[in-house]
Amino acid sequence: MATTEDLYSGSRETTEGRVYNVAGGDWDSVLGGQDFDDERLVINMGPQHPSTHGVLRLVLELDGETVTDARAVIGYLHTGIEKNTEYRTWTQGTTFVTRMDYVAPLFNELVYCLGVEKLLGVEAPPRATMIRMLITEINRVSSHWVWLATGGMELGALTAMTNGFLAREKCLDVFEMITGLRMNHAYIRPGGVAQDLPEGGMERLHQWVRDTKKDLDGVEKLLRGQPIWIQRLKDVGWIGVEGCLSLGVTGPLLRAAGLPWDLRKVTPYMGYETFDFDVPTDTRGDCWARFVVRVAEMHESVKIVEQILARIEPGPVMVDDPKIAWPAQLKLEADGLGNSFEHVAKIMGGSMESLIHHFKLVTEGFRVPAGQVYQAIESPRGELGVHMVSDGGTRPYRMHFRDPSFVNLQALAAMSEGGLVADVIAAVASIDPIMGGVDR
Amino acid sequence: MTTSPSSSAQGGHAETPEVPVVADQATPGVGPSEEGAFGTEQRGMFGIAGTGDTSGFGGLVRRPFIAPGAERPYGGYFDDVADALEAVYPDFGDAVTKVIIDRGEITFHVRREHLLSMVRKLRDDPALRFELLSSLSGVDYLGTEHRLHAVYHLTSLTFRRRIRLEVSCSVEDNHIPSVTGVYPTADWQERETWDLFGIIFDGHPGLTRIMMPDDWVGHPQRKDYPLGGIPVEYKGATIPPPDERRVYR
Repeated sequence: MATTEDLYSGSRETTEGRVYNVAGGDWDSVLGGQDFDDERLVINMGPQHPSTHGVLRLVLELDGETVTDARAVIGYLHTGIEKNTEYRTWTQGTTFVTRMDYVAPLFNELVYCLGVEKLLGVEAPPRATMIRMLITEINRVSSHWVWLATGGMELGALTAMTNGFLAREKCLDVFEMITGLRMNHAYIRPGGVAQDLPEGGMERLHQWVRDTKKDLDGVEKLLRGQPIWIQRLKDVGWIGVEGCLSLGVTGPLLRAAGLPWDLRKVTPYMGYETFDFDVPTDTRGDCWARFVVRVAEMHESVKIVEQILARIEPGPVMVDDPKIAWPAQLKLEADGLGNSFEHVAKIMGGSMESLIHHFKLVTEGFRVPAGQVYQAIESPRGELGVHMVSDGGTRPYRMHFRDPSFVNLQALAAMSEGGLVADVIAAVASIDPIMGGVDR
Repeated sequence: MTTSPSSSAQGGHAETPEVPVVADQATPGVGPSEEGAFGTEQRGMFGIAGTGDTSGFGGLVRRPFIAPGAERPYGGYFDDVADALEAVYPDFGDAVTKVIIDRGEITFHVRREHLLSMVRKLRDDPALRFELLSSLSGVDYLGTEHRLHAVYHLTSLTFRRRIRLEVSCSVEDNHIPSVTGVYPTADWQERETWDLFGIIFDGHPGLTRIMMPDDWVGHPQRKDYPLGGIPVEYKGATIPPPDERRVYR
């Protein structure tokens, strides 16, 4: 068959045989008259694909509808955040790390600040710790809402998406009220939090608890008994405890496989041991189990938020050490949020020394004694760890984030090889990788 | 301890004679062992060269920080881990060059020849049981002989313990054995460390770049690799990129 050279659907010899590139509905003209001994098909999925949960690229080798080989290609969102923090002060680091796992930004800030505080040997005051717990537990709920919404969308359950994003919106409203921003808050700072809860904040938080309980009931009614949802998730994307541990998989995936490993329980930090909550587990290890576990975790987080609201007491929200505490007193005025006039007057008019102190802390930053620490917390996706090295200067010497999305995504091949193409989508959705955290 | 390229580039004080050493930066009594040596030698108050240091501290030298090695007893579960490891790993004395206890964490500096056999014992021995490799990454201690360090954070789910292993190599001989055979989770983490630090993990099934594009040249997280960036001009004033701005160290 005489065909002219087609730029978009040509073929070429490779070491593994002849490879055909197919761009349109022109199979016949490309393949006409050729013999095939197998139906092996390599398809590229992503990085711009609505079902890959972000800029994730999958290279799938198919035999008919069955996936024989699955490879994840990442790095499309690599922003060099770890390198960038080496060129900023310890305080500025918060604004960088919050942009990694952008669906759970407050966990990045929290683990960063806990790491800096461990290096410094200081501890945030009790009210700041309570606010940190409060806001991260709300963030855990909002992150799981996004998982439900995007996961549902990827499987065609569009009502799950609209309901999930609607419920998440209520969480973001709470964040906006407390931090001033819906995402990328830079709210948790080394030594405490940026500012106290606003006036009327407690009432809004109680309202959020009531709303979220109602929304969670809605999920039960919408999805728990929904035949299509069950069939798409049950017995799909299985991985067991051994597979999880050898691949480093933590978080809801590990708990859905049967191991009750939650850092808030097994190595408590910030006083989680004084709160009453359960670690939901399941033994099935499939996508359905992950759905069950995550929804149960949202209930537990709401329980923790209720307990915090009952226990939180007035007090300072920043460590009482003027060498570390950021010298700011934010106040909402008619022209927006900024340093309060009284605070500026105090700095500028008080004494030369206080002005110098303010200037040095803001431009130079504080020094952190040399050494290295590893700090881990339980993020919505698993163990979020930070390895921090200080050389005694005003900037981090090296900062590495062990992001659970990055490590968990390695399990993709184990979950989807041997299954159907459609189940790859369910498996990726159930891992819930956030590419900002994967690539950093 | 030699002065690193970057500090001599910014120093300009090379002819400065004997100068005082900041007490809190240097650990007295500890020789310049390369394991755990930190950072580069710094001169002056703010790391500024050429202009304007009127503070009177221009002759100040801050030597690289060296974490002191710990003596027994280490305290807490660290002794249990060290005892169990010594019992099950006869070459312990040769393999572990230094033990550091700092901020409630233990670090074993391990010779790379021993890494693979040691992590296998750490994972499998019933008294150790470090089932999970939580994190694997690199650190570049520019200015020391074996400047590239691979850092392993191991977690024992059975005993709820954490330890850190540190293995170092030089840029010229940048080989460290891969632990993917013991901890498959090291696959991507070793690829990331190769990509960003240029440590070759021998025995890795497919050591390719993972963060940077495949045809990238260089290893961006190394300390002598510039951050990059362009100057930004705004209303006539120019702000240099972050790694060229004046810094206070």
